[in-house]
Formats: sequence, C-alpha cells, structure tokens
Amino acid sequence: MSADAIITIRDLALAFEQNGVRNEVLRHLDLDVPRGQFLAIVGSSGVGKSTLLRVLMGLSAPSVGTVTVRTTAGTERAMALVFQDARLLPWRRVAANVSFGLEKTGLTKAERRDQALKTLASVGLREHGDRWPHQLSGGQRQRVALARALCIRPEILLMDEPFSALDAPTREALQDELIRLWQSQGITVLFVTHDIDEAVYLADRVIALGGKPGEVRSSLAVEVERPRRRGAPSLSFLADRVKADLAAEADHHDWVI
Amino acid sequence: MAANKAVPYALGAAGLGAFLGIWQAAPSFGFISSALLPKPSDIPAAFVAEIKSGLWVDAVRLSLEHYALGLLCGAFAGVVLGILTGMSARFEWTLAWVVRVLRPIPGLAWVPFAILWFGVDQPAAIFIIAIGVFWIVFFATQGAIRAVDRDLIEVADAFGFSSGFDRLRKVMLPAALPGILVGLRTSLGQAWMSVVAAELFGVAGLGQRMTQASSLLATDIVVVYMLTIAALYGLMDTLFLAIQGRLLAYRP
Ligand SMILES: Nc1ncnc2c1ncn2[C@@H]1O[C@H](COP(=O)(O)OP(=O)(O)O)[C@@H](O)[C@H]1O
Ligand SMILES: [Mg+2]
Repeated sequence: MSADAIITIRDLALAFEQNGVRNEVLRHLDLDVPRGQFLAIVGSSGVGKSTLLRVLMGLSAPSVGTVTVRTTAGTERAMALVFQDARLLPWRRVAANVSFGLEKTGLTKAERRDQALKTLASVGLREHGDRWPHQLSGGQRQRVALARALCIRPEILLMDEPFSALDAPTREALQDELIRLWQSQGITVLFVTHDIDEAVYLADRVIALGGKPGEVRSSLAVEVERPRRRGAPSLSFLADRVKADLAAEADHHDWVI
Repeated sequence: MAANKAVPYALGAAGLGAFLGIWQAAPSFGFISSALLPKPSDIPAAFVAEIKSGLWVDAVRLSLEHYALGLLCGAFAGVVLGILTGMSARFEWTLAWVVRVLRPIPGLAWVPFAILWFGVDQPAAIFIIAIGVFWIVFFATQGAIRAVDRDLIEVADAFGFSSGFDRLRKVMLPAALPGILVGLRTSLGQAWMSVVAAELFGVAGLGQRMTQASSLLATDIVVVYMLTIAALYGLMDTLFLAIQGRLLAYRP
C-alpha cells in the first residue's frame, strides 16, 4: 500500500441481489490511486465501471472489501461526480446548477453565486450563468456539469463516460480542457470510459476491467510526455496493448466455458 | 403574420356571437317558452337587480370563501399524501386499500356526514369541496413524484442531498411540479362544481341562491349565476396559467 495513495481499494467485491438471483458485478478488486494522478478506467458496457464509481462516492456499499479515501482537509465533499449525460436540473439557471453542491456548505447565496460564476468562467462559459440548461448545446451542458463538479473544489473528480455522448470535435475540445483544469488544480481524476484511445490520450495510468464479475485485467502506465498528440504512435501502441489484454482474457474465458 | 394572430380571436368572437344569436332567437321565435329559457337580452337587467339587492355580492363572497378554503385544504392534503405515497412504497401499500374503498364515493354522498359533523354551515361546504379536490391532486402528485427521473435523484445523492427530505426539496418536488400543477388546474374547475353542489343543501352561497331562484322559476337569475361561475372560473384559470407560466418559465 503506497503511503501517498488518496484512494485505496482492497479485495473489493460487489453483488446485487435481484428476485433471489445473485448478480456478481465486481470481485477481487485492488486499487491504489496516488494523489494527483489521472487514472482512466476502461471496460465494456456492464462490466461494473459505474458501480465502482458509486461505491467510491459512498452511494453503494461493497459486499466485501474496503475502500479508503484519504482526503487532506477532511472536507465534507471531497469527491464530485460527472455523469455521461449532463443531468442538469432543468428548473435551475446555469449558475444555480453549478452552485448546487455548495448548498450543503455554510456559504451565503451571494458567495455561492460568485464561486459558481468563477467556475463557469474556468470552463469557458463566463457569459452563460443566467441561461436555462435547455438553451445550451450538448457540449456546453457537459461543461456546466463539469463546472458543477469542480465548484465544490473536490480533491477527487470522478467522471463516468463524460464525453461519450458528444461529437468528435466537441469531445476533443473538452478532453484538452479537462487536462488543462486537472494540471492547474492538482486534483485526482478517475475517468471512466469505454474508449481505450481516449483513456490512453488522457491518463497517467489505464486500468482495464473485464470479465463477469469484473476484475482488473490490465494496468498500464502511460509514460508519454504532455502535451500529447492524438494518434501518436506511442499512444496507439499502448492502446493496442490494452485492447490485446482485454481480448486475450475474453478468449480465455470462452475457452473455459 | 398579424392576420394569422387575429384569426383565433375572430373565430372565437364569431362562435360566441353565433351561440348568443341562436340562444336569443330560440325564445324570441317561440321555439321554446321564455319561462323555460330566458333570453340573453333579459340577463343584464336581472344582473343589475341582483347586484342592487346585495344578494349577488353576498352569495359570491360566501362561495368564494368556500371555494378558496376547500381548494386549499383539499390541495394541501392531496399534495402531502401524494408525496408520501409517491416516495414510500410502504406508505403506499398501507393506504392502497383505504384509497380503493374511499375513492369511488362521490363527494355528494358525504353530504349527510358533512351536515352531521359540521352542521348546515360553511365548514360542511368546505369539506365537500375539499374531498373532490383532494382526489385529483392526490393522484396527480403521486404520479408526478413517481415519475421523477431516477437519474436526477442520483444527482441529488451525488452532491450530498441523499436524505429523503433533501431529495424531495432539491430535486423531487421541483421535478414533479409540472405534474402537480396539472392536477391543481383540473381541480380549479372541479371545485366550482362542488361549490354549487355543496350549497344545494342549504349552506348560503351561489348554489343556494340558484336553488331559490329556480324554485321561483326565475330562470334569468339562475343564468346570472351560471355566467358568474363561468366568469369566476375563467378569471381563476387565467390567473393560474399566469402563475404557472412563471413557475415553469424554465421550459422551452
Ligand atoms: N442498482 C442496481 N441493481 C441491480 N443491478 C445493478 C444495479 N446497478 C447496476 N447493476 C448491474 O451491475 C452491472 C454493472 O453495471 P454498471 O456498473 O452500470 O456497468 P458499466 O458502467 O460498466 O456499464 C450490470 O450488470 C447491471 O445490470
Ligand atoms: Mg456505466
């Protein structure tokens, strides 16, 4: 167990019980996330990526195993989550959506709005605080969702396929913006995606989950200088290795069955 | 474009004009006795007489009291129980058969009990009105709360609003508001029907005055109150739409 890990997971397993049928989703999961790391988690749909994030958020309890989160200030909301669809609250204006998480704190309304507008500016939406969510494009909505998460100044940012519903140019712009925010704020990012190329482009380390129940099938450090170039051979090489790791395990499984 | 905008108004005015014309013509040409159906042209005079006697103002004031209080009590109970049964399966199961037993009983069937419990007095009328409103708002609220997008509730959880009360306050109630408002709007009309019915058995108000008038064959006065109800309903509904428009201004 590394001492500087902000998240430590030991032998985690999780199963859902539905109509008497036991559905094992994750098992034997060990994970150390060093403070400040950008960790990508890949795996096919249904492998348990979202479930893992819910466990980290404390929204689901593991069946066995331990999850330890060591945040410095003991802040109440050390973690924030960004979903695939922005999930803005349609009855709140953009700024009020961004300050949503601050309503748990002792800040006054004016302070909350101030902090929300600053955070909005950091994702390039300085002028959009008084719009309604439906007046924004998909990319802008996702920026607002990112601002809503960043607004509580989390130490850990959890992202659940945050860009997979966006068109390629918007996605790439948001990826680069995320990197910039991560570098400037020193937060730890857990970025879930099923797009291995995206994972390799963004992350310091890529973990691949596979199988049923889901286990870690591959863990790969991406030691490529930043800023990175999309489609660089060094990145494609690593992406191919992750794909090979996942494919090898899939074949192995077919054979066992 | 301007012409297009005028079309609905023009057609509306034409329809209303035709309606009044046929109404005026029927008794005038002897298709029907004017004792059975007063002519529209008789109505203004009857209205003025009714106002001068002070009866109209009293009746409208009392009925508005019954209406407002009945609506308030019924809507409040409906929203509260609708939220509770919508949020808690246990609560819903507990009440499921109570609801099935009470739901089909028409508001008017409660009149004997209303009189026994409250006397022939205002609370009895308010009670009858509240019952009708209650069911509409109750089912609308319950349905709207159940239909709240689970994904939005997860947002509340993720940002630390995971207690039942916080979820309700931050996400479920605002998300359910459009549905609750549909129920409230339906009950605006339903409550006027109940007002007339509830006052038929002797509580003073519009309904009582209409019964008196009809027993004297003063059909013009009956029509005055019918139109009064229509006007009051129209006013409330317009007002309601304006408030709703503000509450739901976020919608495209
Ligand atoms: N609340 C739940 N109740 C029962 N089963 C669930 C629940 N949430 C997720 N699952 C199951 O867990 C598995 C993993 O789901 P999920 O974590 O959403 O996968 P991923 O995000 O990797 O696509 C799926 O088989 C899904 O059906
Ligand atoms: Mg998922």
